[in-house]
Amino acid sequence: MINFEYARAADIAEAVRWAASDPQAKFIAGGTNLLDLMKENVERPARLIDITHLPLNTVEETTNGGLKIGALVPNTDLAYHPLVERRYPMLALAILSGASQQLRNMASTGGNLMQRTRCVYFYDTVTPCNKREPGSGCSAIDGINKQHAILGASEACIATHPSDMCVALAALGATVHVRGPSGERSIAFTDFHRLPGKAPERDNNLQQGEIITAVELPAKGFAGHYTYLKLRERLSYAFALVAVAAALEMEGETITEARFALGGVAHKPWRDPSAEALLHGRAATEANFEKAADMLLRDAKGCGHNDFKIPLARRAIVRALTQAARGTPQPVADKKIR
Amino acid sequence: MARTASAARPNAKQTAPPEKLNVRLIVNGKQRELQLRPWTTLLDALRDHLDLTGTKKGCDHGQCGACTVLVEGRRINSCMTLAVMQEGREVTTIEGLARDGKLHPLQEAFIEHDAFQCGYCTPGQICSAAGLITEGKAKTADEVRELMSGNICRCGAYPNIVAAILQVMSRA
Repeated sequence: MINFEYARAADIAEAVRWAASDPQAKFIAGGTNLLDLMKENVERPARLIDITHLPLNTVEETTNGGLKIGALVPNTDLAYHPLVERRYPMLALAILSGASQQLRNMASTGGNLMQRTRCVYFYDTVTPCNKREPGSGCSAIDGINKQHAILGASEACIATHPSDMCVALAALGATVHVRGPSGERSIAFTDFHRLPGKAPERDNNLQQGEIITAVELPAKGFAGHYTYLKLRERLSYAFALVAVAAALEMEGETITEARFALGGVAHKPWRDPSAEALLHGRAATEANFEKAADMLLRDAKGCGHNDFKIPLARRAIVRALTQAARGTPQPVADKKIR
Repeated sequence: MARTASAARPNAKQTAPPEKLNVRLIVNGKQRELQLRPWTTLLDALRDHLDLTGTKKGCDHGQCGACTVLVEGRRINSCMTLAVMQEGREVTTIEGLARDGKLHPLQEAFIEHDAFQCGYCTPGQICSAAGLITEGKAKTADEVRELMSGNICRCGAYPNIVAAILQVMSRA
C-alpha cells in the first residue's frame, strides 16, 4: 500500500477543518472501499482522517415520524435495526443483498454512499479512465462493458454506481445531511450522486471539506408492498447486473403510490418520477407494469456487451413490481426468483 | 508495501515517512503493544508483528474471507482495516478459539465433517462461522450459505462446511 499520514479527528469540527485545508486528505470510516483502492494505487491520499470516533453512530426517530441514521452506523446494524426491519424492510433487504457479512460489519452508512465504481478500467491503472485520470479517455466504451451503464451515461464515462443500499434510499426519498466549512446543509438523495457528463471524476455533489453526518428517512416506509430484486452473475456476494427497489401503496388492486429505482444500470441509483406517475391510480397488472418499465427505459442504450441489460431491466422491473403488489418480497437467502 | 511515498506519488514532494504509532490491541485475551506505520493492516500486524500466522492472507482485497477475525466479537476482514484504527479493541483469531487445550466446537465439527481439503481458507471459515453463530440470524442451511458467502473455498468443501456449522448451531 502507499504511504500516508494518519490522524484521528476528535470532533466533527476538527474533521471538517482538516479536510477543508488539505485537498490530499481523505476521511476513513469502514475503509472497505478506500483501502482496497489504495492497495490498487487508484486512490492516493497523503493523509487519512480517521472519523470512526465521531459521535455519528446512532439511529434516532425524527419528530415527523422518520428515522435519522448516523453516518457511522455499520451496514449490518442498520439492516438488523428493529425499526428498519419493521418500517423500512426494503432498505434492510437491499443492504443484506450487498457485499458479505464481514464487509457489512465494517462498512458505514456514509461510506456506502461514497463507494466508487467497480468498473474494471477504473481499477486498472495501466488503461485510460476519465474517472481516474480526467481527460485520458474511457476504455470501457469500446472495451468489455458487460457490467456498464445503459442509462444516463456520457461519451466520457459509462461506469455504474455499485451500491444496493443507495438504490433503496433513492426509492424511499431519503435526505443526506452534511456539514462543511460553511455550515450544515441537506441534499435530496437523488441529487447527491451525479451523472458522469464531462466530469466523471466527480461521483457526487459534496464540496471540499464536507462530511456526511446522517441519512434521514421520511415517515413512509412502504412496509406492506415492497421488494428488492437483485440479479447478478453468482447468487451471493456479487455486484448487480440489474437491481430493482420497488415500493407500492395499494388500495385493493389499485396503486395509489409507486416508487421504483434501479441499481447497476447508471452512474447513480436511477429513479424516474414520470415512470412512477404512470402507475398512480392504475390497477396492479402486468400490462401497466410493462408500460412503466418502457417509460423508465425509453432512453436506454447499450454499448455492446451490456445490451442484454435493457430487456433484463424491463423484465426485472415488471417482476419486482409484481412481487411488491403481491406482498411477496424476494427473500435474500432464497435464490429462486419468484 | 515496499514502495516509498515518492515512488507511489511521483509528483508529491519528498517527505520522510510518518513516525511509527503506538498501537495497543487485546489479542486473544492478551494485551499487546506494537509500534506500527499507519499503513499496516490488522492482518499484517497479526501475521508479521505478532507471529499469529493462523489468520491467512488470500486476496488482500476483502473478497475471499481467509483473513476473517473477530473484533469485539464481530467478524471482519482483517486485510481491509488499519491496525491503528482498531486501537484498544479485542481481537480474536483462530489461535484464540481453543480453550484450556480443548478445541472450539467449530474446530471439532470441521474435523468430524472433513470440512476442508487444503485448509488455507479454514481459519477464516471457522472465525466467520463463530461470528455467524453469535449473530444468531441464520436458522436454515440456505441462510448459513448466504451469510457465509464472504468466505471462499476453492477446494469446494462447502457442503461439509455448512454441515459442520449446522451441527454446532443445533447444539448451541
